[in-house]
Amino acid sequence: MHIEIDDIAKTFGATTALHPVSLTIPSGALVALLGPSGSGKTTLLRILGGLEFPTSGRVLFDGFDATGLSVQERRAGFVFQHYALFRHMTVFENIAYGLRARARKSRPTNAEIERRVHKLLELIQLPDIAKRYPAQLSGGQRQRVALARALAIEPRMLLLDEPFGALDARVRKELRQGLRDIHDQTGLTTVFVTHDQEEAMELADLVVVMSMGRIEQIGKPTDISARPATDFVRAFISV
Amino acid sequence: MTHPTLATFRPATTEPDWMRRILIGLVIALLTVLLFAPLIAVFAEAGKRGLAFALQSLTDPDAQSAIRLTLTVAAISVPLNAAFGIAAAWAITKFDWRGKAFMITLIDLPFSVSPVVAGLCFVLLFGANSAIGGWLVAAGHPVIFAVPGVVVATMFITFPFVARELIPVMTEQGRAEEEAALTLGASGWRIFFTVTVPNIRWALLYGVLLCNARAMGEFGAVAVVSGKIRGQTSTMPLMIEMLYNEYLSVAAFTMATLLALLALVTLTLKSALEWRFADQLAASSRH
Ligand SMILES: Nc1ncnc2c1ncn2[C@@H]1O[C@H](COP(=O)(O)OP(=O)(O)OP(=O)(O)O)[C@@H](O)[C@H]1O
Ligand SMILES: [Mg+2]
Repeated sequence: MHIEIDDIAKTFGATTALHPVSLTIPSGALVALLGPSGSGKTTLLRILGGLEFPTSGRVLFDGFDATGLSVQERRAGFVFQHYALFRHMTVFENIAYGLRARARKSRPTNAEIERRVHKLLELIQLPDIAKRYPAQLSGGQRQRVALARALAIEPRMLLLDEPFGALDARVRKELRQGLRDIHDQTGLTTVFVTHDQEEAMELADLVVVMSMGRIEQIGKPTDISARPATDFVRAFISV
Repeated sequence: MTHPTLATFRPATTEPDWMRRILIGLVIALLTVLLFAPLIAVFAEAGKRGLAFALQSLTDPDAQSAIRLTLTVAAISVPLNAAFGIAAAWAITKFDWRGKAFMITLIDLPFSVSPVVAGLCFVLLFGANSAIGGWLVAAGHPVIFAVPGVVVATMFITFPFVARELIPVMTEQGRAEEEAALTLGASGWRIFFTVTVPNIRWALLYGVLLCNARAMGEFGAVAVVSGKIRGQTSTMPLMIEMLYNEYLSVAAFTMATLLALLALVTLTLKSALEWRFADQLAASSRH
């Protein structure tokens, strides 16, 4: 899905989280929002997902104004920074949650839900953990379950907030490739937040560098390394 | 050069043996003197002229009315307070709004105000001499010196229990799981019943049990608003006091035993649930 962010601004009381920012995300792209802490990355992602409403500006999905759409209507697969898995449900029930929440007429049968959950478990390469609880998983496994749960609703786009933030370097590398593979298989427009410039450069088709609620530069990883638009970008990508 | 032998190391958190024994002994002694002994004394006093005689005192119509009233009042006030408590804790922990801090203070009010004072406030508010009270009496629905007053006073006294249990748990859990459910397309009610309630069920259970224990045991506020009318507005605690003052000690202590047993039932229920769901409890508190 093609996403257009048109002069979106967001203030929380006296703090300005986002100055008006505009950004076009082509259908099927894998985009990184890169920036230091407090630069407004999470806020922008949550506005896309409908968890936060902008103070001004519009969001267009495939050309249609989606600014007023509720979270449920947006059908964005969202992976939270700390995964937010339902701790009292098994992995199976976590992944099935979005399918069971559908209105009766579009809800798949139990057999169909079972089939889809197992297919997703295959996709994240954890076929045997359906009966476990989140507390019984490693950080990397939780992250992948969160991804499967988001994919289960057949989302129109995938939004990930620091998906690898809490993991050690080796697992990060592995999961990075995993996300790339899943993106290429599903063709979903994907936006992920990171403050790790190496991660952004290696994984994304398009990198959006943010600082203090503003977009500093938008470009392909190679363009950004070769021609940083501002001093901030130059300093940020050289660390 | 000397090497410390293994025996010289002691885990830093382990107290010397004698200290541990003294502490445990002290706790057991205190529990015995303060909790078990009075309970046993009450049971013994009730049974001193035989079980049949004790049970006989419970068949008195006034005693029966008191038991019925106490159970009725608990049955009304506990579910309502559970609902209010959930709503209050939800409003406080899931949304940001002005006046939140004030609301938290307000919830604690029944804990800090003496129950007798609370009772007097209700008499002033709903008594026959007040505007509202006069109207209510004229309409045939008196509150003070009547059952509704007992219910209102009990609800006021027991209001904080559920909310107080829930607020820390819900604060700790934050809104992430609810937000996740939203992004998965769930409606508000569905989220409430499939995500929120399961996550707070233990705190909710404790709150309800505490609330229930206090609702059945409340004396001060109920004494003031009820007028202690035998057979009409007298609850079990009020009845116990009246019987005791009339030197009907077997009847008083039998009723006291029954009240204590009701409390023990709730405690047993709680322990049984904890034991039955021990693994789930552990799983939900980790993570
Ligand atoms: N709910 C909120 N209430 C008040 N201020 C907020 C809220 N959410 C974000 N902010 C503020 O908005 C600014 C941007 O926050 P945001 O979470 O978008 O940053 P971020 O780039 O995701 O940072 P990080 O890398 O630390 O996650 C910060 O100054 C933050 O304090
Ligand atoms: Mg963030």
